[in-house]
Amino acid sequence: MPDFLLRAGLAGFGLVLATGPLGSFVLWRRMAYFGDATAHASILGVALALALGLPVGLGTLAVALVMAVTVAGLSARGWAVDTTLGVLAHGALAIGLVAISFVKGVHVSLEAYLFGDILAVTTQDLAAVWGGSLAVLALVAWRWQALVLTTLDPDLARASGLNPDRERLWLTLALAVVIAVAIKLVGALLIAALLIIPAATARALSRSPEQMAALASGIGALAVVAGLTLSLQADTPAGPSIAAMAAALFALAALRRR
Amino acid sequence: MAEAPDLLQPLHLLQAKGLRVTLGGTEVLSGVDFAIHAGEIVTVLGPNGSGKSTLMRALLGMIPAEGAIRRAPGLRVGYVPQRLAIDGSLPITARRFLSLPVRVADAEAEAALARVGMAGMGDRPLSGLSGGQLQRVMLARALLGRPQLLVLDEPTSGLDQPGEAGFYRLIEEVRGQTGAAVLMVSHDLHVVMAASDRVICLNRHICCEGTPRVVSAAPEYRALFGLGTQGALALYQHRHDHSHDGHDHGHAHAAETPGALGEAGHHDHGHRHGALKEGTGHA
Repeated sequence: MPDFLLRAGLAGFGLVLATGPLGSFVLWRRMAYFGDATAHASILGVALALALGLPVGLGTLAVALVMAVTVAGLSARGWAVDTTLGVLAHGALAIGLVAISFVKGVHVSLEAYLFGDILAVTTQDLAAVWGGSLAVLALVAWRWQALVLTTLDPDLARASGLNPDRERLWLTLALAVVIAVAIKLVGALLIAALLIIPAATARALSRSPEQMAALASGIGALAVVAGLTLSLQADTPAGPSIAAMAAALFALAALRRR
Repeated sequence: MAEAPDLLQPLHLLQAKGLRVTLGGTEVLSGVDFAIHAGEIVTVLGPNGSGKSTLMRALLGMIPAEGAIRRAPGLRVGYVPQRLAIDGSLPITARRFLSLPVRVADAEAEAALARVGMAGMGDRPLSGLSGGQLQRVMLARALLGRPQLLVLDEPTSGLDQPGEAGFYRLIEEVRGQTGAAVLMVSHDLHVVMAASDRVICLNRHICCEGTPRVVSAAPEYRALFGLGTQGALALYQHRHDHSHDGHDHGHAHAAETPGALGEAGHHDHGHRHGALKEGTGHA
């Protein structure tokens, strides 16, 4: 197996470790559009990082965080969430795309950030993905009971002495980290696919939140293997191939259930 | 919190003085003095939008409130919400739910389920339970925390009338066995009458207070629910006047015999009531 493929596979496995549980929460809490919007906005982070000569991951993490906290803050003040998200996400995406065109002296392939390039992952990227994923996994595992109860009913959580706003902030933080490490692999446009589709596939096969989170990671890993195989055999773009395979697995599970 | 000597009453689990709550610039509650002592069942009664749920939430510290609130040191509270918004995207069984947020042993969980008449139902997904079953599971979960005070926010709003009566019987049993005080919200004096030691009639402030019998005769109570002076008959009309499709016989009968709870012909009122409430909500 060529080295680049091994790295791609390992990076994919590292990512799905976090996207399984996190994607489950995105589904349970109806944050799909939120995740999408944060991912889109991260393109602005790419532009800023390139302009300032900083690591791209740092730029996307910063913008994803600012975006996530802004949206959470505005919606808490009674702004319509979908309007806020729509304006911020697409505004940030558009400004980011414009800004990247201004960055001189750097050869930038926009496609790499919109759709990712998992086959070009370096050993350093691999470390970042696994580091970010394991950190998110540890955070979610630590807050698991509180997060599940808060998701089920914020008032029940409050009555148990938990703070739902704080728990939501943990999730927001985790989402920003995952988006920052995932943008290089599957791109800003397809991160949400990796969060949502495996979790949605796992839902029909699960009886407990834990089972669903683990299964979502497993299904994500399967999509990574199938997508990379497809990419290698048919010379298709790797990121979209992985997302397409995840969608195919979802369709398969949906058909089987009928 | 500042010491308030006039509030120091060792027997009281939870006390509030001069409670005032504003939500979005609107005063929802004002001048509410409240206290509940060990083993007491207190029902807060009021029309929709009267601030009943707000009072519960303020007393439990879920929303900010002005005035003094005092809890007995180390008070263990068990909370049962009006409903659980389960949408089916989160797969969870009754058993797993009992372990949130504190994990409990299987034997303990099974005993709690048996306690509320749900023995052997732990494997059922929450989304597959009926409204009454779900309320019982939530009560079981609250009981696992060995509460000194149970707080129930319109626990029967999704139940039919026999279910409602059964649930209040269960609450009384629980009080008898555990000695827990119970604070609950209702929109209907009739169904909680038997189970309450004291009733507080609320409409943004406390209108009247006392034993169920005293309150049901109080002019403030009758004015609050627009009952006029017709007596017990009118007491029933306020809950049945909006669901008259083919069950008139049931209503008329119930209105004449206040003691007759949970008859056939009443089975769909609870749902309708719940549906109507959606529109008005709390301020």
